[in-house]
Amino acid sequence: MIAEAGLFALTLALLVALVQASVPMIGAHRGNAAWMEVARPAAIAQFLLIAFSFACLTYAFVTSDFSLLAVVRYSHTAKPMLYKISGVWANHEGSMLLWVLILSVYGAAVAAFGRNLPPSLRARVMGVQAMIAAGFILFILFTSNPFERMLPAPDNGQGLNPLLQDPGLAFHPPFLYMGYVGFSIAFSFAVAALIEGRVDAAWARWVRPWTLVAWIFLTAGIAMGSWWAYYELGWGGWWFWDPVENASFMPWLAGTALLHSAVVVEKRDTLKGWTIFLAIVTFALSLLGTFLVRSGVLTSVHTFATDPARGTFILVLLLVVIGGSLALFAWRGPALASTGVFQPISREGSLLLNNLLLTTAAAAVLLGTLYPLFLDAVGGGKVSVGPPFFNAVFLPLIAPMVAVMAVGPLLTWKRADVGPALTRLWVAFAAALAAVVLAWAVIADGPIFALLGMGLAAWLLVGTVVGFAERVRLFRVPFPETLRRIGRVPRAAWGMTLAHGGLAVAIAGMIGAGAWKVESIQTMKPGDTVAVAGFTFTFEGARQVQGPNYSATRGTFTVARDGRPVVTLHPEKRDYPVERSPTTEAAIHPTFFGDLYVVIGDAQGSDGAFVTRIYFNPLVVWMWGGILVMVAGGMVSLSDRRHRVGAPKPSRAAAGAGAGAPARA
Amino acid sequence: MKRKHKRLTFIVLGMGLLATAAALMLSAFEDNIVFFYSPTEVLDKKLGAERRVRIGGLVEDGSVKKAGIEVTFRVTDLANVIPVTYTGILPDLFREGQGVIAEGRFVNGVFRADEVLAKHDETYMPPEVAEALKKSGRWQETEKTLKRSGQMDRMGTAQ
Repeated sequence: MIAEAGLFALTLALLVALVQASVPMIGAHRGNAAWMEVARPAAIAQFLLIAFSFACLTYAFVTSDFSLLAVVRYSHTAKPMLYKISGVWANHEGSMLLWVLILSVYGAAVAAFGRNLPPSLRARVMGVQAMIAAGFILFILFTSNPFERMLPAPDNGQGLNPLLQDPGLAFHPPFLYMGYVGFSIAFSFAVAALIEGRVDAAWARWVRPWTLVAWIFLTAGIAMGSWWAYYELGWGGWWFWDPVENASFMPWLAGTALLHSAVVVEKRDTLKGWTIFLAIVTFALSLLGTFLVRSGVLTSVHTFATDPARGTFILVLLLVVIGGSLALFAWRGPALASTGVFQPISREGSLLLNNLLLTTAAAAVLLGTLYPLFLDAVGGGKVSVGPPFFNAVFLPLIAPMVAVMAVGPLLTWKRADVGPALTRLWVAFAAALAAVVLAWAVIADGPIFALLGMGLAAWLLVGTVVGFAERVRLFRVPFPETLRRIGRVPRAAWGMTLAHGGLAVAIAGMIGAGAWKVESIQTMKPGDTVAVAGFTFTFEGARQVQGPNYSATRGTFTVARDGRPVVTLHPEKRDYPVERSPTTEAAIHPTFFGDLYVVIGDAQGSDGAFVTRIYFNPLVVWMWGGILVMVAGGMVSLSDRRHRVGAPKPSRAAAGAGAGAPARA
Repeated sequence: MKRKHKRLTFIVLGMGLLATAAALMLSAFEDNIVFFYSPTEVLDKKLGAERRVRIGGLVEDGSVKKAGIEVTFRVTDLANVIPVTYTGILPDLFREGQGVIAEGRFVNGVFRADEVLAKHDETYMPPEVAEALKKSGRWQETEKTLKRSGQMDRMGTAQ
């Protein structure tokens, strides 16, 4: 019964979405306030209905209702509760339901927080949101019904892929979807603005917080997935340029560009067309990401289950959304006049340059990801495009962006001189040189690009600090005055400083873990010792242990440095009987300078020997720490009162820009 | 600087960037694209050691031999067979009779893999492998074997 109720609620949600997609739009066109007002209750109703539907599915998973096909396939009574719940979205059908649930959460949030939006803009934004929702609910109802029955019901389920039974991965999809789907708001605002024919500072101020929320979630979601791959797959790697990773990375690149160009629209009333275009592209890439993961057109370590009918449906949806919005952009875009003018060398200029580099990088990733599909479609054979390609193309495009990131915040709006900015950055330049020399002294035989990369990271980190010091006039005014200025620094500026600094630290970590990794694979008998990166790893033996729904071979390694014990590590090789599937549980000991990473493989012969794999992954914690700081920076920026959704007062900067941001609220 | 000139600056800059990106991509494509072959295609093409390739098919039953960290096995599309050597720990889901993709080079008729991919999901068959099996005309038998081992529901979707 519960399942039928869930399906019925979902069908009702579709009807509500169809109403919300049409009535407010017509109302906005005719200037009919009552019709426009339909959008808000509709959005709330749509959210409640989908939430109810999702709750029904969750209930079925929690109570192990094996009359539902999805529960049979992806759950089991012996599974811990956390994974019964995460099982709801670990399968295709449930994850699509989560997708529309999040879409409706954002829609309801616009309804709740968007009170001071101009009525016609709000009606149109929510109308566009409802169109997307209707498309995806149709997709679920036609191709991936999560409430499909399986009768007679079997006694137990087939369990969930053990690799997915992991806390990191339990929350990875919701975060990723919060990011993907969050960009739908920027998209809806862009389409609504195109229909209205106006984009102004106020518009940008409404779009920024939503984009920032999506960016925060997407950053965290990608990092979680990467972290999971790092400790769960047991290869010691954290990024494989796998198509599905790229699918989440492309919207991140475009979304990051959007975040920055929206600032220019708000402060300077220019780059309007470009920002609208980015909003469309970012959401299009989010949809493409959904398509790539769900259609199974790509060979990927992530491809869990696939169905071409679904792929076709999403592809059509994708073409309608992207084609329609781009056509609208081509038609209405040229009418968006910008008033702000600026010189190439200026804050705007540096932001635009970074925008271009980010989008070019996103385009390069897109090309590399889709090229195998394209070649196969024209009969050119089957190919794979792997990390060497992406490293060769992506890194040269992104390195100059990082270099400019340190300079941009030191430039003034409208017109600036590079000379004084670079003069102020002499500390950063010295730090970069020092970092290169230091890295070279510690690791003499690494690749040269890694040394330069460390220099770049130091340049960005110190450059960001210099930018902040300039803002508070450190050493230029009496110290109490500096303190007073620090107190007055807007949170958005704190956020930027944190995010840029975090990126610098993360880059250093990525270079360390990517270029200086030490790996050692061997067969070890109990008592054998291997030296890796100055540590001695002694294999003490392995024994069988029993987990809640698995049995495992658990190895014991003692690690010492210069004769002093450092840590004891217990890697496991687990076997999940229900899923008939083994997993590797690496034992990781993170330290400031690098992770000790031990994996136990198969038994060899009868003398207790095992194949073992030992890594030293330098600076990995810098990478995760840096990304955490970036996310924290995003949140600090979001807490800025100027970013408060629909903050009515035009900011001083916007008013000063002569944009005349009308307080239309 | 006049507005027109400024716009021109940005357009030139943008074009320059695109050209750089295109040049980077073309040169990277040249060196870094890895072609996929089925065992039958490998024998037809007589591949040498000069190029990295991927091969894929099923791990032949009874062919896996491990000596310490040295592993040898054979990849089959049920028409032809390729011997493979690999050093290291195989993925968890690497099993006899299951789909596999190996990347590496041919050295004296033996495929020396430096990367072996088996899928996360035991019931999943890489589309390349499914197609290689179909090309060799042995798809039907595989279908039966897989049905027995409960893999069929999602195998069908790989078609």
